[in-house]
Amino acid sequence: MLVESIMIALEGLKANKLRSILTMLGIIIGVGAVIAMVSIGMGVRDKVQSSIAGLGSNLLIVSPGAASQGGSRQAAGSGITLTAKDATAIARQVQGVTLVAPMVSRQYQIVYGNQNWTTSVQGTTPEYLDIRNFTVEEGGFFTSQDSEARARVAVLGKTTADNLFSGVSPVGKTIRINKAPFRVVGVLGSKGQSAGGMDQDDVILVPITTAQERLLGITYVQNINIQAASSETIDQVQEDVTSLLRQRHNLAANVPDDFRVQNMVAVMATATEATDTITLLLGVIAAISLLVGGIGIMNIMLVSVTERTREIGIRKALGARYGNILLQFLIEAIVIGVVGGLMGIGLGVGASYIISAVAGWNTVISSLAIVTAFGFSVLIGLFFGIYPARKAALLDPIDALRYE
Amino acid sequence: MEAISLSDIKKIYQMGDNVVHALDGVSLAIAGGEFTAIMGPSGSGKSTLMNILGCLDRPTSGSYRLDGQEVATLSDDELAVTRNKKIGFVFQSFNLLPRMSALQNVALPLVYAGVEKAERIVRASRSLAMVGLDTRMDHRPNELSGGQRQRVAIARALVNDPTIVMADEPTGNLDTKSSNEVMEIFRQLNAQGRTIVLVTHEPDIAENARRVVTVRDGQIVRDERKAG
Repeated sequence: MLVESIMIALEGLKANKLRSILTMLGIIIGVGAVIAMVSIGMGVRDKVQSSIAGLGSNLLIVSPGAASQGGSRQAAGSGITLTAKDATAIARQVQGVTLVAPMVSRQYQIVYGNQNWTTSVQGTTPEYLDIRNFTVEEGGFFTSQDSEARARVAVLGKTTADNLFSGVSPVGKTIRINKAPFRVVGVLGSKGQSAGGMDQDDVILVPITTAQERLLGITYVQNINIQAASSETIDQVQEDVTSLLRQRHNLAANVPDDFRVQNMVAVMATATEATDTITLLLGVIAAISLLVGGIGIMNIMLVSVTERTREIGIRKALGARYGNILLQFLIEAIVIGVVGGLMGIGLGVGASYIISAVAGWNTVISSLAIVTAFGFSVLIGLFFGIYPARKAALLDPIDALRYE
Repeated sequence: MEAISLSDIKKIYQMGDNVVHALDGVSLAIAGGEFTAIMGPSGSGKSTLMNILGCLDRPTSGSYRLDGQEVATLSDDELAVTRNKKIGFVFQSFNLLPRMSALQNVALPLVYAGVEKAERIVRASRSLAMVGLDTRMDHRPNELSGGQRQRVAIARALVNDPTIVMADEPTGNLDTKSSNEVMEIFRQLNAQGRTIVLVTHEPDIAENARRVVTVRDGQIVRDERKAG
């Protein structure tokens, strides 16, 4: 009987092709919009997440406070309160810390042959490589022996390497940083732009001691990168680092911190929350069009019931029961939902590809969104089909046969 | 046994403030195998009587026994099953579904009777052959003449092998030649032993029946049987 009813419903839809397509259009656009919008939203979220993750996972950044506490205060990070010994202490004494890398940096002009390039020279330790998820593409990285020996070695970021050495392998060559000769030991793999739009490959890394003593002539560090073991413990690590540094800096209870600890996981959580909200908003707007499509189904089904009153009367006169008629019209509505939903999935997936190809946006087609949107389109067909189908099934055969 | 037994059937419609007694105490017994014509002017209540006999409508009060079973108190769905299994109904305006072929139209009652598709086709073809339309099974109603359409409708009424065939002005929309063909089919069916009840206002159509019941103002005013 069910198969029979589906066949009758399909016949009914086929008999009115244009109307069936127009009715489905609401569902097609609704489902397509939900899928396309959610895929854009998810694409944005993925992009934000990956660029934040590119900074390094479970990352804490300690920077010193301003250079003076009163009068004309300098920029944050210009203070001289943090030292490499603070970094060592954090690595040794705070539980749940996996890697620690202190860092100093300044812009210098780099010269190789007749080429020159001005970029950020960053002095750090080998741990920095793992904390910031850098990879070495060519050659190697400097070692802790290089740090102790204040060796004049450098690792180039991809952009720097490309600008100084067009096509030639830089490894083993000697460059001049602020006139001092440095031997290139490696080139980093490309990381692309950061979340802030900065080129993360436009750098030169040198051992921190070399940078402090041979280039900058300072003894303090400008920041300390800390990687916590997991995102669950990062808040505890942040607290422990704060109290350790207060103790090391001999700060009395009423004196404010002379440093700042930034938690990148918290930044990431905020960004994810924002993009989730955007995704939800886009999805809800699209879902409204799905609802409107459902009302379209009800509208057309009601017209169809009125138009086919006589047919219903004949079927009832020949022995169709309440359930037979109800099923016939309900299945017709569900078929509209199913077929419209399937076409909508095609439209949504297609639109996502076109948007990502034409507009260059990152889109992620979510199978959850597809399943949910399709499920809803079937449910909408069912829900908005119930009223017209009941109306048809409750028709009195005599009245229905007399209907002109 | 009596195929149809009506006792004191009343059908009352409320039309605004007016109460209309469409049927006002009708009692009628029709034996199995009888060929009965119900006559009367329009507004006499004959169509209401036909609808009640055909289980399309329920009386306001009274008792209707069909094949010994009380049907006046059946539910909608039970009435639907009764219409499907026991009664073949032929309408004045044919009431065929326009988008279906003659064969599909004839097979429709079998769909609701839950008959398998293969058997439906066999039985529907046989039924169409009985009315002489076995060459036109794949035609749609609009490709058939009025007389052919009514024969399709008769084939449909017969497909579930009902004991009673009811016809409401079956020749009302037909020319004389087609009318004669259709009445010939009813006579044959009666000769095969089927009970036939036919509503008409044309005396020469009623001539075909052995018994003529005349209805006026919701009551039976005359009940004649022909000899032989």
